[in-house]
Amino acid sequence: MHRLQWEEVQQKDIILYPEGMVELNQSSAEILKLCDGTRSLDQIVSELELKFATTGLKNDITAFLEIALKNGWIQQN
Amino acid sequence: MAGFNKIKITPPRWLLAELTYACPLQCPYCSNPVDYAKYQAELSTEDWKRVLSQARKMGAVQLGFSGGEPLTRKDLTELVKHARDLGYYSNLITSGYGLTEEKIIRLKDAGLDHIQISIQASTQELNDHIAGTTSFRHKKEVAHLIKKHGYPMVLCVVIHRENIHQMPQILDMAENLNADYLELANTQYYGWAHANRDLLLPTKEQFEEAEQTAQAFKEKVAGKMKIYYVVPDFYEDRPKACMNGWGTTFLTIAPDGVALPCHSARDLPGLDCPSVNEYSIEEIWNDSKAFNFFRGYEWMKEPCRSCDEKEKDFGGCRCQAYLLTGDMYNADPVCSKSLDHSVVQQAIESAKISATLSATEKPLIFRNSKNSRNMV
Repeated sequence: MHRLQWEEVQQKDIILYPEGMVELNQSSAEILKLCDGTRSLDQIVSELELKFATTGLKNDITAFLEIALKNGWIQQN
Repeated sequence: MAGFNKIKITPPRWLLAELTYACPLQCPYCSNPVDYAKYQAELSTEDWKRVLSQARKMGAVQLGFSGGEPLTRKDLTELVKHARDLGYYSNLITSGYGLTEEKIIRLKDAGLDHIQISIQASTQELNDHIAGTTSFRHKKEVAHLIKKHGYPMVLCVVIHRENIHQMPQILDMAENLNADYLELANTQYYGWAHANRDLLLPTKEQFEEAEQTAQAFKEKVAGKMKIYYVVPDFYEDRPKACMNGWGTTFLTIAPDGVALPCHSARDLPGLDCPSVNEYSIEEIWNDSKAFNFFRGYEWMKEPCRSCDEKEKDFGGCRCQAYLLTGDMYNADPVCSKSLDHSVVQQAIESAKISATLSATEKPLIFRNSKNSRNMV
């Protein structure tokens, strides 16, 4: 129902859904792109910590995923 | 307008493609112009493809195929395919009339993202009366097929005095049809709805009761169904932020190729709305008189000009200001700060009086070509 895509004009990733859209900042987009049904939360956290050479992202990522879940951008199995 | 060169122009995001004014339904609140019958010309397939490509390049991404009834266009599937190739998120805004399972599958294969289907009431009798067409059963079948084939479905019900008492049954119907989104659109009084306002505008008590019912339902179905509630602005103190600001977000292309900052703008005088037959979308969006007319705040009169809420609601709707006060530069009279606010009160009173008349004393004017020619 939701589609994530890169918008060239806006230079942003956006989520599209019936009657609406949300512009994502870079970190939100990076998280959502890893939500492909194959990775666990811990895997997502460690991949992003590795990618951005940092630690302690778990709380921020969890908080964002809760918002994403509530809005129906992702589903939990 | 004076000073428009200073205004930063944002790219269009939403494109409403009104493919045709032809429609098998006759809803008396239709948002098409009352004189639509005089606009017979329709853009060709190639014209529409060019428009879609140019608007996409400008930044438009949400696309509504609308009308009239867009299914009457033979090239709909081809246009849907073109839109998908360009990266639009496309929506078919339909009455469901003429939609078969075969077409639903074909449109899905072409890349249509979702479907918005309208139902006029919760009972066959009232639906078919309002639509002016026997269509209730077919609409419900179509709704099932839309879900069967995996589309997100928006169910749209326009609310007015004839059906507002059915709110609980309308909500049940939405649930039974498994709608993903329910748009409860209180009638906005433009076009045909303006002509029929005395017969369509509910009382404040009716609104409040219906709104409470809808609100309770919204909580009940949270997480399963999303409700879009289009507010009845005649009973608000402040106007709507119409079109998210003139020429900031929305672009409508009428069936004959005229580009409009909102779908009612062709009724406003002196805008010289440009045609896609003569100009590119880029020229239209950035440079045309019509799209720059109400950009920014320089055009405003008092009380809007010095109002501390002008950046929130942009003075409300220009079409409503023009329809109700005769001057499109005025504040939207829905606003309690408007010097013309009494016209809204008068409209409410007038509708109350009409509620006591019988259907033969004051009949609804249905939206059809014969009535359209007579309205000019």
